[in-house]
Amino acid sequence: MSAAVAHSAAESMPRSNRMGSRLLIFLSILTVIGVLIGLYLGLIAAGTDIEQGEVQRLFYIHVPSFAGAFVAFSATVVGGIAYLITRKVKWDALALAGVEIGLALAAINLVTGSVWARPIWNTWWNWDPRLTSDAIMILTYAAYLMLRSGIDNVDTRRRFASVYGILAFSTVLITFLIIRIRPDTIHPVVIGPVLTDASMMATQGDFELNATPGVTSAVAFGSAVWSILVPWVLVWWRIRLENVAHRVTAMRVKVMEQ
Amino acid sequence: MKTTPFFKAVLAIVRKDLQAEMRGRELVGAMGVFALLAILIFSFALELDREARNEVISGVLWVTVIFSSILGLNRSLAMERDQGNLDALLLAPIGRGAVYVGKLIGNYIFTLAISAILLPVMSALYGVSLFNPYVLLTLLLGVLGFTTVGTLLATMTVQTRAREALLPIVMMPVALPIILSAVRASTGALSGASVDDWIGWVQILGALDAIFVVMCFFLFPFVVEE
Repeated sequence: MSAAVAHSAAESMPRSNRMGSRLLIFLSILTVIGVLIGLYLGLIAAGTDIEQGEVQRLFYIHVPSFAGAFVAFSATVVGGIAYLITRKVKWDALALAGVEIGLALAAINLVTGSVWARPIWNTWWNWDPRLTSDAIMILTYAAYLMLRSGIDNVDTRRRFASVYGILAFSTVLITFLIIRIRPDTIHPVVIGPVLTDASMMATQGDFELNATPGVTSAVAFGSAVWSILVPWVLVWWRIRLENVAHRVTAMRVKVMEQ
Repeated sequence: MKTTPFFKAVLAIVRKDLQAEMRGRELVGAMGVFALLAILIFSFALELDREARNEVISGVLWVTVIFSSILGLNRSLAMERDQGNLDALLLAPIGRGAVYVGKLIGNYIFTLAISAILLPVMSALYGVSLFNPYVLLTLLLGVLGFTTVGTLLATMTVQTRAREALLPIVMMPVALPIILSAVRASTGALSGASVDDWIGWVQILGALDAIFVVMCFFLFPFVVEE
């Protein structure tokens, strides 16, 4: 029975073909170049912020990394829905990869935000609504991984993980929207209309796209690279890793049967 | 095979839960004692003076309601599973949605019963009247929101290895938007500020309830396969 399951798992996980490998390596190199150009635009080309000084340059990583996490967590929702409909293992691999990559990018987002807040807000952390909801979001996806590891049956694990991955996305949406619905937040709004009092912004650290030349292009280019190339290339690598792990399991079962 | 009409099936499941509770008093007993202990512990731990009480009472109320509800959800679904009743329900000619709504209404009633005990006790102990129409409305909406999420997630977690330990971990973050807006709405209602200042939270709460009810209703069939 287990051999049959393992065998079918091995069947549904084809060896990565050479075309795919070449494309992935090409995309990976492109991603590295893109990230380096983004860093150049942000760290050197863009003008220094008059109020905040050099630390403002963290925005060029902070904002793009959240965009990347958003894309990765969205991939988890897509993978979850597709798995529940088709029951193809590859969709669950996509969902799992989305969670892990999203967590990594969310961690970058959190750390850069914290480093920025130290000089600007004079504290590493405060219980601002957005910071709180971001921490909750990270804990939700950590809970996703705990839920997965708590279930032995692989089919049940994939099913439950898909359901939870869909529900968990509500915390991502809340994190994205909360600075727009909570007037008492001091977190700057980068994309979309600003509802907060303008006089408050000047004292608590604002983000203006037209403050100095090069800001808009650095944010736009960085966000494009971090939301298109970075998450998808990492997710692809992670799926390949998952496929290899599946093949190893299948082989191990085969060896033990003999 | 002909399936039982939806509402008839839901009613039957609710009646079964209520009857089992009337005879055994397993859930409300444990939840009630826990809730009373929790508010006592809070009053020692926070050493509240008169003014601080007004500020934190809705937070204390919600944390107590949520933790006792988690206790009840775990028991409610664990009982179904341990005694093989969940399998029987799934074999019965009724829709999976009806099973979900039935269990949800049962859990909702039990948690509301705990809230009904808590309100007078907390009003007396903390000297702040909680019998405000908006606080009651917030309770009805907020408890609905997290029992909706909780019933779905508890059905999942009772089938895992960690069982009881896992429910709070997976449920709290997902239910947080509901808890946040419920606390804000009831704090606003008790603060005596004008309705316009906090009514938005009640609206957000209603919208979240609608979203979660629909999502969980459609996701439930996937967690009870086999």
